[in-house]
Amino acid sequence: MTKEISLEHVWVEFGEFTAVHKANLNIAGGEFFSFLGPSGCGKTTLLRCISGFQEPTRGKVKIGGEDMRGVGPNKRPTALIFQNLALFPLRSIADNIAFPLEVRGVDKKTRRKRADELLELIALPGQGDKKVSELSGGQKQRVAIARALAVEPDILLLDEPLSALDLKLRQHMRTELRAIQKQVGLTFIYITHDQGEALTMSDRIAVMNKGKIEQIGDGKAIYDHPTTSFVASFVGENNVLEGTVLSNDGQKMQIDAGLGTPFTVESHPAGGPALAPGDDCHLFVRPEALRISKDESSINQFESNFVTEEFEGNMRHIVMNANGKDLKLSLINDGTNAIDANAPVKLDFAPEMGIALKPGELASA
Amino acid sequence: MKMKSPTAMIPGLYLTLFFAYLFGPLIIMVITAFNSSSFPRVSPWECFTTDWFGKLATDDKLLAGLGNSLLIGVGVVCVAIPIGLAAAITLSQVGPKLRAALYTIFIAPILVPGVVIGLSTLIFWDRIGTLFNAPYESFFYDGTFLTIFGQVTFIAAYSMLVFLSRIQRFDTTLTEAALDMGATPTQAFVKVLLPFMAPAIGSATVLAFLASLENYNTTVFTIVSSSTFTTVLSSKVRYGLDPSISAVAVIIIAITLIGAIIYECRNRYNTKGWAHVIADRPVLKIATHPGTVAVILGLLALAAVVFIQNHDSSACTAQILEDKRALQQKLMEEQSLNTPQQTVPAPTMPNLGPLGGDKGGASAPSPFGNSIFSPENLGTSASDGQ
Repeated sequence: MTKEISLEHVWVEFGEFTAVHKANLNIAGGEFFSFLGPSGCGKTTLLRCISGFQEPTRGKVKIGGEDMRGVGPNKRPTALIFQNLALFPLRSIADNIAFPLEVRGVDKKTRRKRADELLELIALPGQGDKKVSELSGGQKQRVAIARALAVEPDILLLDEPLSALDLKLRQHMRTELRAIQKQVGLTFIYITHDQGEALTMSDRIAVMNKGKIEQIGDGKAIYDHPTTSFVASFVGENNVLEGTVLSNDGQKMQIDAGLGTPFTVESHPAGGPALAPGDDCHLFVRPEALRISKDESSINQFESNFVTEEFEGNMRHIVMNANGKDLKLSLINDGTNAIDANAPVKLDFAPEMGIALKPGELASA
Repeated sequence: MKMKSPTAMIPGLYLTLFFAYLFGPLIIMVITAFNSSSFPRVSPWECFTTDWFGKLATDDKLLAGLGNSLLIGVGVVCVAIPIGLAAAITLSQVGPKLRAALYTIFIAPILVPGVVIGLSTLIFWDRIGTLFNAPYESFFYDGTFLTIFGQVTFIAAYSMLVFLSRIQRFDTTLTEAALDMGATPTQAFVKVLLPFMAPAIGSATVLAFLASLENYNTTVFTIVSSSTFTTVLSSKVRYGLDPSISAVAVIIIAITLIGAIIYECRNRYNTKGWAHVIADRPVLKIATHPGTVAVILGLLALAAVVFIQNHDSSACTAQILEDKRALQQKLMEEQSLNTPQQTVPAPTMPNLGPLGGDKGGASAPSPFGNSIFSPENLGTSASDGQ
């Protein structure tokens, strides 16, 4: 029932503009796969290539091993959930859900039966005769999913379906989507610019920027071991320090970031681009990886001054300044970690928490 | 009562004038339909009569014209609505530059004078007919066919405007969603776009039908030897008018009013607020249902028809005729008395004397009746002048 998808050297060009730049990837059957990137990065175009609304300029889209070129969206085993859901406002809920069956000539009784089954699945039993406008945002969301599942597609494509919902509902729908995916066992391809969504739901994530796939991996790999500066700065918060590589022995490297003693970090455990001594680099340290030094002689230590603090209840987000460079710190509000606003504070980070990458484009905040 | 300031009264005054301007002619027209005077007028009021409706019912020319008009109206709707819809769909799908150009082309027939459209339609199909050596009985020279085509050129543009305003609010992702879920493009059109356009199709149909029915300046050319309602009416205006035209107006106004009232009732009945009010009042619910309103209005119209059929004003009209004849008789007698003997007008002379002129003659009670145009008056004024 589930089919794998492979994109082979897919290019999409609109005149001079390249929307998708040589996308190459395989999505296994039954996988929850996300495309994550800022708006305009080409992720929706890629989705439209898979669903059939857009033909790639070059390359192949294969679904279950079959080349999909020339196959229209109505002939592909995919179902797309639109960003605005695209429920038919003039039809009842049941008629919306049964629409894919209706256009396939299924008789009314069977249609209604299937609609009722799906309403059961999305926890809206007996609401088939309501109008679309009578449902809440989350309910509409679920109806759109039910409609997409009506003809048991092999692949479900979701184009930022949660972006219109409020925060609470969004978090709830994340869990629900994941549960539905586990229940029906379909391949889900999910498009989002919200890294939280991508990280919580996905088996694997492809991070995209300007039409290029920057990195593919599971959430932990992408967050902990980004391979490009863009991924490091786009996924989660990160502090960037510009520096120069002093030495690199394949295990550890020394980096001079202009903050006193050179820093020691691990060399690319996830196989990022190798840096040679003398190369410029970006050193990324996450706000939660920075700590206030407990003793005087810890590794990767540097001095900084307090700038400002945002208090979030469980977390304290502090901005420190080290040699003219603002750095963010996230500390758990556990009563320790008092900061003297008027004296220099020593900060440090563990060698495995610093990531040195080739300088590249950073995501704009 | 508090006195309003003069500026506060301006809107009221304006509205009064506005409605008087709008409805004044209609009201006068309706009144003239019931006056037995053989020319449509309100005064002098002669008799209340419904005979003009009867005359209308037997006016074969007008009825034939009306039949043609209805046929043409239906034909125009059938051709213009699909064309208008297609044009609107095209405009909604092309790029902005092409859209601007196409829009101008589509809208051009509205800007071209109807007379020009009528003439050019006539000439165009005549040329084509000549090309095929078609006989004069063929459709190239058929008034109904030519009128449908002539009217469609601009009525299609009107209906396109109606569709355009609706289609601009259409969410194109709905069509994409339908396609994605396995619908063929035809199914997506029929099941998604058409239902969305249905209200616009309804209003465009009404608009196109009415525009066709009332059209004159194109039709007068394209209708050739046949006739429509409007061309018959206009020839009536030219060759002698009688109040049966007012009777037509009464019928049209009545139909419009009934339609408008039922439509408005339906709208109000379907509002959320009213649904709330009638939720637990079954009697009110039935009473305000547009169907009930339609039945009541239909019965009223039926009653009016029965009344019109049965009302007999012959006694009154005969009386009026008799009065007229008597007056005529009297005038003739007086004339015959007058002419030989100049002395007869003498008794009136003293009355006229101080005032002078025939103006005084008209205002003063005169043995010659009230008309100053009667020959006797000429006589008296002449003698008065001497």
